[in-house]
Amino acid sequence: MANLNINIGKLQLKNPVMTASGTFGYGPEFSDFMDLSRIGGIFVKGTTLRERQGNPYPRMAETPSGMLNAVGLQNKGVEYFINHIYPTVKDIDTNILVNLSGSTIEDYVEAAQMLNELEKIPGIELNISCPNVKEGGMAFGTSCSSAANVVKAVRTVYKKELIVKLSPNVTDISEIALAVEAEGADSVSLINTLLGMAIDSEKRKPILSTVTGGLSGPAVKPIALRMVWQVARAVKIPVIGLGGIMNAADAIEFILAGASAIQVGTANFIDPTVSIKVVDGINDYLDRHGFQSVGDIVGVLEI
Amino acid sequence: MLDLFIKENKQLSDQYSLLILTSPVKLPEILPGQFAEVRVDNSPTTFLRRPISINYVDYVTNELWLLIQKVGDGTRRLCELKTGDVCNLVFPLGNSFTLPADKKSKVLLVGGGVGIAPLLFWGAYLNEHGYACNFLLGGRSKSNLLQISEFERFGNVFTTTEDGSHGERGFVTQHSCLSSSNFDYIYTCGPTPMMKVVAAYAAKIKANCEVSLENTMACGIGACLCCVTDTTEGHLCVCTEGPVFNITKLKWQI
Repeated sequence: MANLNINIGKLQLKNPVMTASGTFGYGPEFSDFMDLSRIGGIFVKGTTLRERQGNPYPRMAETPSGMLNAVGLQNKGVEYFINHIYPTVKDIDTNILVNLSGSTIEDYVEAAQMLNELEKIPGIELNISCPNVKEGGMAFGTSCSSAANVVKAVRTVYKKELIVKLSPNVTDISEIALAVEAEGADSVSLINTLLGMAIDSEKRKPILSTVTGGLSGPAVKPIALRMVWQVARAVKIPVIGLGGIMNAADAIEFILAGASAIQVGTANFIDPTVSIKVVDGINDYLDRHGFQSVGDIVGVLEI
Repeated sequence: MLDLFIKENKQLSDQYSLLILTSPVKLPEILPGQFAEVRVDNSPTTFLRRPISINYVDYVTNELWLLIQKVGDGTRRLCELKTGDVCNLVFPLGNSFTLPADKKSKVLLVGGGVGIAPLLFWGAYLNEHGYACNFLLGGRSKSNLLQISEFERFGNVFTTTEDGSHGERGFVTQHSCLSSSNFDYIYTCGPTPMMKVVAAYAAKIKANCEVSLENTMACGIGACLCCVTDTTEGHLCVCTEGPVFNITKLKWQI
């Protein structure tokens, strides 16, 4: 049994496996299937200052080895989270992290301030990369200056682990990572979904109500892996890798590329117990290769 | 999540298969209207599970039935499963139909195409609980009318086909039973345009009406928020708040 503990900045993880925002609800949705305390952390559904209805149906299109979604951050707002969700998740024995999105810097700041007061929420993931909302979201994450501005503003009010979730829909993701690191981000997570599109040729119409949506699943894994490798070499802060991880072998590839922890996302839809299988598989890998600790394989890709 | 085994795959036609699944462990309690998320193995183009209505459950023989129409590669692959094959299900998911308040209620179940699937289990349940059922089932032609003899075990069966090869010619929504009887409760599942006409009819005669929706889904457990429908309470997940909705809750233009 290897040591799976790893730290991401101020966060102490019992293992490097977490579940990605938008793919795991708030956690309790999966408690019939698995023991939530066995994973390193849960990133809850994208939360905004005020309630959002999200985009109209249809919001999903299956694609080869993946799916497009255009949910559009449907959620009941941060106050609802604090009053109704937080009490039901705060005692889960793992890290509960809130994915936070906004349309203005003021929205991010106000919500981050409220979340900072929650004792059992050790960190937030600043979502500056959602491709499915008209204003905000990805608009913040696709230029260095706007990414830096939002991180700088949130940093002044948020004292715990500040993770910034990066968009792959940019020319050079390392530049954005460096920009948010310079403004005090404690860590970065990547990648959010890739902007994509699906068409129903019989109807000559787009499948998604929003025309475009975010691509996830194993189809994006090679891109995610390349970006994690690039960013891990560019920044000093820890990197959390995600994008198409379906099993422990995928997770290990991200860790070798430089991720200190990983998130399992779309795979939760196909196997609601997959995150635990990834934890067990990483342990088996470490034992098989004679590593004492998962920290021993972070970024040790031999080139 | 459970691995079930194919006990029998009854090919009902070149388009439809009835999978009879069983398990060495006792099946959980399943309510009529609920569905399963079925994993599709060995289909390179199929990534997500397929949400499939539970067609019937026999607790004595520990059998669960899934009626499947070949639509794309995923459902084609499911229709090709053979006796002994493993079929992995996340189930039972979703809510169920609600019983009429009064056992004397006149009850009608309207199904079109493969949408008849959940109505067989619901009809059996109603029958078992002492309700008299009427079934109105439609298909393009005789070969699209499924499980008629099964439905006949649980109540009166009316049929329509578009080509007149079985029952009255036309759509279910044109059947004469709708003008000659006054129903108190109507349950329907099938193509959305059909369900909308049924819902409009129910609203007109002031019948209570529940519809079973079939939105495209990813997770089936309320995590991804992909399958929402617009309701009086905002966007609700069809997988957890449905698939059965009372028409008064839906924002349908009927």
